[in-house]
Amino acid sequence: MSKEGLRPRYAPTPTPDTEHFWEGTRNHKLLLQRCTDCGTVYFPPRAFCPENGSTNIEIFEASGKATLISYTINNRQHPSFESPYAIAIVQLEEGPMMMTNIVDCEQTPEALILDMPLEVTFEKVSDVITVPLFKPVGALS
Amino acid sequence: MTVAVVGASETTELGRIPHLSQTQLHADGAFNALADAGLSVKDIDGIATAGASPVDLTHYLGLEPRWIDGTSVGGCSFLIHVRHAVAAIEAGYCETVLITHGESGRSGIGRGGGGGGAASFAGQFEVPYGPMGPTTLFGIGVLRYMKQYGMTHEQLASVAVAQREWAGMNPRAMYRDPITVDDVLASRVIAYPFHLLECCLVTDGGGALILTKAERAKDFPQPPVYILGSGESVESPMISQMADLTSSRNFRIAGRDAMSSAGISHADVDHLMVYDAFAHLPIYGLEDLGFVERGEAGPFIEEGNTRPGGRLPLNTNGGGLSYTHTGMYGMFALQESVRQVRGEAPAQVDDVNISVCLGVGGMFAAGACIVFGKELP
Repeated sequence: MSKEGLRPRYAPTPTPDTEHFWEGTRNHKLLLQRCTDCGTVYFPPRAFCPENGSTNIEIFEASGKATLISYTINNRQHPSFESPYAIAIVQLEEGPMMMTNIVDCEQTPEALILDMPLEVTFEKVSDVITVPLFKPVGALS
Repeated sequence: MTVAVVGASETTELGRIPHLSQTQLHADGAFNALADAGLSVKDIDGIATAGASPVDLTHYLGLEPRWIDGTSVGGCSFLIHVRHAVAAIEAGYCETVLITHGESGRSGIGRGGGGGGAASFAGQFEVPYGPMGPTTLFGIGVLRYMKQYGMTHEQLASVAVAQREWAGMNPRAMYRDPITVDDVLASRVIAYPFHLLECCLVTDGGGALILTKAERAKDFPQPPVYILGSGESVESPMISQMADLTSSRNFRIAGRDAMSSAGISHADVDHLMVYDAFAHLPIYGLEDLGFVERGEAGPFIEEGNTRPGGRLPLNTNGGGLSYTHTGMYGMFALQESVRQVRGEAPAQVDDVNISVCLGVGGMFAAGACIVFGKELP
């Protein structure tokens, strides 16, 4: 989505509890956490299960499959995006919701169909930050 | 006083802790105190903290609070939290309060990590995707709501139309000319599916309230407006992490507690204010407060039930969409509830004995509800 003349996408600062996630995306892996006591899969990353506080958790690689849950299409100018662009919420196959952008797809209500199947793709922002984005299943990138 | 400390602990380590962020330090101290008390996070129904947002802590720890204190006035904030917690527990607002502190004062890991900084959850997991404030985030769940319940664009637009009717009766409203559903849908798309007339105004202004004991209230020149009930909650600093994009947990908890503490039912409510930063807020509010079933608020408003002469007068000042919206509009919703109960509103509803006022904070991050009454029960 980054184009000529646009500022690079915002690069956040990882924290000790999220470092593994960003290391994963740098290696083009989408990593989630699961509570081995209750089975809850959760996101964003934390060192304990948000359902029961248990620290018996494991990190695993998500399938990268998701569906489009909802979105808005921003028409105003953003320094890092070409308007209009959609800000989307997707649900990962494993359960958690995630904000993202949908790429390789027209940014219109006609093209962005709720519940459409998506798959993860990655965009490098900086040496530290690579963000997970999603594209329609089968779309060429 | 009838309140005791039953759990207390510092963080596991002290001194130099570069492997934990500031939020993790809050959590470490919290889990240690919970272990000390033999409690789990699910036993906590009140949260107080300073230097971080109680919203961030609620989401991070997995809490579901009924009482929140974010008083942040420096190093004695936690002493003030203790005092406020005593009052809250004695009042029955909550039973078990967690008060946390965490500060990466030496290592500076995730410092200033609350409220959208680069190291906050929102900074890491929402900001990179290009949100530009409330217009792009607040309504992000509405397409899901529309698909789930079949709400139409026309029904969403009818929220703005009904409130403009009220604004037309209010000389202080910024926009007073009548509008139609077609006008709303023909206005500029700000962030699909939201048109300009479905977004709140941006204005300057302010307001204030003064409260005292009910037994003194009759000594003042104005008729008293009693607070009959109240409720509050916080959920998540990220709208993408709401448990349900089509409903606000905060509205449900705050509304339930406000109505039950007032001892009223929906049929007792003469007047309703729902903080309307965007047109879907009254839709969510009507459903989450239980005035209509899930999915029924769109048709309810479209059919005219909330407009002048309707059976549930809603946002009678014209609301954030037509009256005024400074940014933290909740004060104006309260003011209109007070005016209606006093009987002095520009668009006065007949015989308002009970007014319910529901507010939102952030993008569904926080919620609170106050029940006002003309008489004490």
